[in-house]
Amino acid sequence: MVEQKSGSNTIENSDSTHKITARNVNVFYDAKQAINDVSIDVDMENVTAFIGPSGCGKSTFLRTINRMNDTIPSARVEGDIRLDGQNIYDPAMDVVQLRARVGMVFQKPNPFPKSIYDNVAYGPKIHGLAANKGELDIIVERSLQRAGLWGEVKDRLSDSGTALSGGQQQRLCIARAIAVDPEVILMDEPCSALDPIATAKIEELIHELRGKYAIIIVTHNMQQAARVSQRTAFFHLGTLVEFGETSNIFTNPQETRTQDYITGRYG
Amino acid sequence: MTTNELLFLVFAFGLIAWFVGRARAASFINADTPIINSLPNYHGWFSCLWAIIPPIIFLIIWSNISPALVTDMVLANPEAASITADTFSRSAILSEARAVANGSNQALFQEGSEKLVPLYAEAQSYYNSIALVATILLIFAGGAFAYTRLKPNFRARSKVEKIVMLGLLLASLIAVLTTVGIVASLIFEAYRFVTLVSPIEFLFGTNWNPRDDIVAGEDNGYGAIPLFWGTIFIGAIIAMIVAIPFGLMSAIFLTQYSSPRFRSIMKPVLEILAGVPTVVYGYFAALTVAPAVRDFAVMVGFSNAASDNAMAAGIVMGIMIIPLVASMADDSIAAVPGAMRDGSLAMGATKSETIKKILLPAALPGVVGGILLAVSRAIGETMIVVMAAGYAANLTANPFASITTVTVQIVALLTGDQDFGSPHTLAAFALGLVLFIVTLLLNLVALRVVKKYREAYE
Repeated sequence: MVEQKSGSNTIENSDSTHKITARNVNVFYDAKQAINDVSIDVDMENVTAFIGPSGCGKSTFLRTINRMNDTIPSARVEGDIRLDGQNIYDPAMDVVQLRARVGMVFQKPNPFPKSIYDNVAYGPKIHGLAANKGELDIIVERSLQRAGLWGEVKDRLSDSGTALSGGQQQRLCIARAIAVDPEVILMDEPCSALDPIATAKIEELIHELRGKYAIIIVTHNMQQAARVSQRTAFFHLGTLVEFGETSNIFTNPQETRTQDYITGRYG
Repeated sequence: MTTNELLFLVFAFGLIAWFVGRARAASFINADTPIINSLPNYHGWFSCLWAIIPPIIFLIIWSNISPALVTDMVLANPEAASITADTFSRSAILSEARAVANGSNQALFQEGSEKLVPLYAEAQSYYNSIALVATILLIFAGGAFAYTRLKPNFRARSKVEKIVMLGLLLASLIAVLTTVGIVASLIFEAYRFVTLVSPIEFLFGTNWNPRDDIVAGEDNGYGAIPLFWGTIFIGAIIAMIVAIPFGLMSAIFLTQYSSPRFRSIMKPVLEILAGVPTVVYGYFAALTVAPAVRDFAVMVGFSNAASDNAMAAGIVMGIMIIPLVASMADDSIAAVPGAMRDGSLAMGATKSETIKKILLPAALPGVVGGILLAVSRAIGETMIVVMAAGYAANLTANPFASITTVTVQIVALLTGDQDFGSPHTLAAFALGLVLFIVTLLLNLVALRVVKKYREAYE
């Protein structure tokens, strides 16, 4: 379905300013094609939103960026995805290093059944980022502060992470992701299991984090995409229908399918 | 008529009642009442059950009390007054006379039983005719009661279902009541043992060499500590040193690394291992492993290694337990939410880091529960230790020595000619009670741990 490419989908030759450049990406689950020839660029200090109806492949595409699809035996990825110009599907690429650079926050908060402190310290420990307990303490405090959770948990760092509320758990997962100092943060519908107040806090947090990372957020909630992102990609049936400035996508979409989706005609 | 013939009679009448009830219900259906409350079959079952259940209950009770009634009647006869008063030979004479009267025995050996035969025959035919009359009365009373209740709007269906439910309840009660009965007999016999031998000697003594002539206040050789130690050493230490690492590692491999194809072959194979009769493990332990272990022990310098050593029994028992540990660990690891694993992998953890730091700690309660169940299975295991472990009650930590266990000693105490009231036999019950209490506690703790863990992830 190459002929369905929209204008913004045919960006040729990445220039080096893009953090992530994906070209002609196809993803298959066994014989079933889930992603069809998607090309996209993601920049630092930007929030990119992936929107689209359920099953359109936006989460699948997100998971190709840190190679989480490797954990699904039937999944196969074709095409070219580069992080700082380096092909992440190159056999020379260490997936452990890749995931340290590309952090991920999941749909349902998934803190480990460990203390709050150990949840955040998990990544720095396995990657050897702290030489001693003092440095680790600093990393944990800084990450929790950045995730806006420090004030709420600083007196009970040894409590279990699973004892927190849903919104707090999700911010803990964000703290955990930023503790290893990634460059890109992938968020797979991070607010879909949260109430509106917790959602507002996460969105605020995304605003604050934007200055340091490239953030990609998958969301079902179009208002959320409009609120938090600078660029929006609309996926439908495994293809990238339209990709551009968020303000343009929501006010002046080029494609009728995008228009229909954002006006609520389907999805 | 014997009880069996009476039962046959009851079922024959039950069949008739079924047809009668069904036909009666079918006759209700006519132009005025095209639909009756329950299908005719239910009316049939209702009549049938009413016709057979009361006489069956009667027959069950009767078969328990009628022998006593017959004997009483025989003994009431003046001719029976002459037989000996010695309890043992008296009951022998009576049971022989009864057997001849029943026709199940031909010859008479006991002095004085021949004159009782006609008395028995007479008494039995007297009570049998009472039973026959009572049975037929009950059949007809029940059947008639059911018949009068059949009406077009009679809810036969729900009545039958209630009876079926009662039947199911009874079936489940049988298992529970049997357990209660076994426990009660264990407690009762263990109590009798405690009245003979001091429980302090039994539970804390270290000398196991049971004597029949009990002297109060002296060491009678009933100190069970060497047996308890042997059981723990073989079942909970050596066997677990084998079973835990292998079981756990195979569970990790099967859940995390193996291809679905390999897993689909390996899991059934493991389950077959769990289904091998323990007596087969027993040969294996006694004939293959034990000599090999002894040779090895002699080679490394234990010149006194026994051929019935604890090591061989423990190793084979551990192998027997591997599937149990593996399948419990497999379940617990598989029950850890995938989100947890993904979270760790997405942090850049490798697979083995994820297993070590996330999956195993999260699955730990389930794994521990599985291990406790395995321990409880191992310490109750009999066949392997009977065949491969020793009979000598040594209190030693040398795995190449001959060490005995509780189950081996129970077998030893009950084998051969033993008077039921002797301290030997009663000691077996006391050992059984201790074993029962320990395995019960282990199972309770294990099930609680596993249940709590399940709740944590649901």
